[in-house]
Amino acid sequence: MTSDNAQSHELTKNEPILEVNDLTVEFWVDGDWFTAAKDISYEVYPGEVLAIVGESGSGKTQSSMSLLGLLPPNGRSKGSAKLHGRELVGLSHSQLRHLRGNEMAVIFQEPMTAMNPVYTIGFQIIETLRTHTEMSPKQARARALELLTMVEIPNPEIALDKYPHQLSGGQRQRAMIAQALALNPKMLIADEPTTALDVTVQAEILKLMRDLRHKFESGIVLITHDMGVVADMADRILVMRNGEIVERGTSHEIFNNPQHPYTRQLLDAVPHLGQFTVNDVDPVVPVTYKDEDLVLDARDLVVEYPKRGRVPAVRAVDGISFNIARGEVVGLVGESGSGKTTVGRAAIGLLPVAGGSLKIDGVEMKGISSKNLLAVRNDVSIVFQDPGSSLNPRLPVGESIGEPLLLHKLAKGAGLQKRIEELLDQVELPRAMRNRYPHELSGGQRQRVGIARALSLSPKLLIADEPTSALDVSVQAKVLDLFLDLQREHGFACLFISHDLAVVEMLASRIAVMRHGKMAEFGTRKSVLENPVDDYTKRLLAAVPVPDPDAQQQRRLTRDKLFEQNA
Amino acid sequence: MSENMSNTEETRAENELELREVAGLSQGQIVRKRFFRHKAAMISLIVLAAVILLAVTSIGWGPLPGWWKFGYKETGALTLPGGRPTLQLWGEGGFQIGDHPFGQDELGRDNFARVMRGIQTSLTVMFIVATVSTAIGILIGAIAGFFRGWLDTLLMRFTELFIVVPVLITGAVLGKLYGSPTPVILAIALGLLNWTGLARLVRAEFLSLREREFVEAARVAGASNTRIIFKHMLPNTIAVIIVNSTLMLSSAVLLETSLSYLGFGIQAPEVSLGNLISEYQSAFATRPWLFWWAGLFIVTIALCVNFIGDGLRDAFDPRQRRVPTVRALRKAELKAQLGAPEATPTGIAVDTLEADRPVVDRLESEGDSDGKDSKN
Repeated sequence: MTSDNAQSHELTKNEPILEVNDLTVEFWVDGDWFTAAKDISYEVYPGEVLAIVGESGSGKTQSSMSLLGLLPPNGRSKGSAKLHGRELVGLSHSQLRHLRGNEMAVIFQEPMTAMNPVYTIGFQIIETLRTHTEMSPKQARARALELLTMVEIPNPEIALDKYPHQLSGGQRQRAMIAQALALNPKMLIADEPTTALDVTVQAEILKLMRDLRHKFESGIVLITHDMGVVADMADRILVMRNGEIVERGTSHEIFNNPQHPYTRQLLDAVPHLGQFTVNDVDPVVPVTYKDEDLVLDARDLVVEYPKRGRVPAVRAVDGISFNIARGEVVGLVGESGSGKTTVGRAAIGLLPVAGGSLKIDGVEMKGISSKNLLAVRNDVSIVFQDPGSSLNPRLPVGESIGEPLLLHKLAKGAGLQKRIEELLDQVELPRAMRNRYPHELSGGQRQRVGIARALSLSPKLLIADEPTSALDVSVQAKVLDLFLDLQREHGFACLFISHDLAVVEMLASRIAVMRHGKMAEFGTRKSVLENPVDDYTKRLLAAVPVPDPDAQQQRRLTRDKLFEQNA
Repeated sequence: MSENMSNTEETRAENELELREVAGLSQGQIVRKRFFRHKAAMISLIVLAAVILLAVTSIGWGPLPGWWKFGYKETGALTLPGGRPTLQLWGEGGFQIGDHPFGQDELGRDNFARVMRGIQTSLTVMFIVATVSTAIGILIGAIAGFFRGWLDTLLMRFTELFIVVPVLITGAVLGKLYGSPTPVILAIALGLLNWTGLARLVRAEFLSLREREFVEAARVAGASNTRIIFKHMLPNTIAVIIVNSTLMLSSAVLLETSLSYLGFGIQAPEVSLGNLISEYQSAFATRPWLFWWAGLFIVTIALCVNFIGDGLRDAFDPRQRRVPTVRALRKAELKAQLGAPEATPTGIAVDTLEADRPVVDRLESEGDSDGKDSKN
């Protein structure tokens, strides 16, 4: 472990803004105190970004929120945390209230839930300003406008009077940053500020935060589990696990010379873009597939969300063509709202095909009868994005897994139980899990259950709709490994939908890139990743952060150039 | 082996506090545990059970005889002047029950037997009303919420039609039309009018549930609409249904009481708590006991059922977290100081009394923060 006194950052000369000493956060659960974070110590200097890295449940969020007194009522903090020499632990509510927003501010993970949907963003920024300072409404409005301009929201005058839901995710996050920065806080806590955003938007927000930190000279605590983001932003890094700091050091030390096995594990779990394509050799003559080889064949596919009341029909997928051969994994990449999930749902008949043609294993999906659809669903299955939502909370997971078998009358009674056990074995879950309810399982285990259910009918085509995006990086790595093994073993074809190019690269032999419902690019992974033709693909590639601070700096420069060109 | 390791690893990575709270418990067990912790609900449950037991065993049920010596229709000589209750808590002769603990009416009928019969009738009405209206409410709400579209519009307008009809007046009209209805028929009629609230709640619940991915997952698995409604969605609305039905029970008692009080519900010689009160309201000045005992049981039953419903609502609400009291916090502190279950950094609670780990030294300095936290 390296001590942070020894580090040679130029900002150490200054006084630290925040000094945390032996901070312990505990929670009262059923009569016992449980430690969520234990003896946390760190300092933050002006203009510095300290990243706290760890998996969910490692106590990284709770330890930071305790600084602001934002623990739930059954939590408490002990130890010491000094903001400019002023003790934070044990402050009264009114003192804390004065501090919040004024000297310390938080950028939350999900701007949609962190902003009040019934007030305009202008109102919310002005509220922050006028709570803490003597300001006339006019002055506050002018200042709010200034802030929105600073965070580079397009048309700030108009955006000021918009409600959170009228802005895009990236713009909402910008508005939240503007609110956090309203009173020039000395400390900024950013709790997974980009996790909910698309890669390209994430890159823009990170750029904004980097620019602002130099402008304001405030200290930033960045809480995240994404090593790519850390490499992009952080000066120093704390690695937390199970409530304790396992390693600390400068960004370079951690990335180039990790000491603790857990840090290494965390770094290994991050998929590196480009690590799989290096050895690919594209065939000189493009492969053509015969019709009977294709398990999915989309030609000028159009999918619409039907009109509801006065809301007109939305064309989510507009004339895309691609195909998947037997046993092949095709990645479908795009930002949210690009229509990639819609394609997946159309392929399994959850949404009707409005135009063009979509053949699943030779069966036309356009205007398919419900009887034929049932037959198609014998061969196609889907793994949903959110394992918490896609499993019935009132059904033991064994029953969830066995349901497709039961309903297609393929097994019942003892035979069904045996098959469920086999499936559990395949996804490497203990058989005893059969009787558990979804909420008793961890995120990774739930997704394994989702995969087991999808495999129960031995499908020819599996649609994986961002199966790992809700998981932590290290859990994601394990689930992806399992997925690869199963795919090799069973040889099913797969449409792997994701927004993460690095993940798709790991699995897919061909990659399709979608944007605004149209196909931007479709080709082998080597051609898409190494010689992208489309501008959007290029930007997407440039936006992916790489878990290596030096390489990331290099990429950042080219990326910023690329973004400027496109702006 | 290594896979087992990675699985435990994964489990640990999840929020340990949450895991500890749900470790090895099914949904039902959690609900039960939380319900049992709700003191008012538990007391109410016991009181209600005692009342039912008393009412059923004392004068018997249908052909089954009870242990009480008088029937509710029997007349007899007055034991005490004016039919005063023989129940005596203190004074001369100490505690006595006597022949007519709740007193007698002007015809010499035993008030205890009549109140017990009244409770039987009222409870019967209450359960039938709740069952009938719950069944209709679930069906209409589920169909409207699941299929949406024109069916939803139709069913909801139909529901609104029932909402604008005042139940009390309809009940009164029905009572007048069909003379004095038997309790069962009255209860069914009330049940047919009383389902609207539940139907709307179930519909709302279904509308949000049908957007959840597990419903789509079931559809992909090949489940029919009936199966999705009954196997997948209904169990997820059970909390709303149970809570609403419990609260409906108590409103049914009061509804029957008001109808009988107005003279449209159950008529003599049948007895219900409501018509006991209406019959004896004029005797309030002269024979108050005839009024008081029936009233007391109405209040008791309605209160008990409401508390139970309240307890169920709290137990089913997963978002509701228990906020520790000052005492609970102190107790936890004491426990920690004794070196008993101490949270290990890996979050696995050690439930045995292995005190080899030293007591955490920072515990001394927590006195003030303790009080602060518990106030939140």
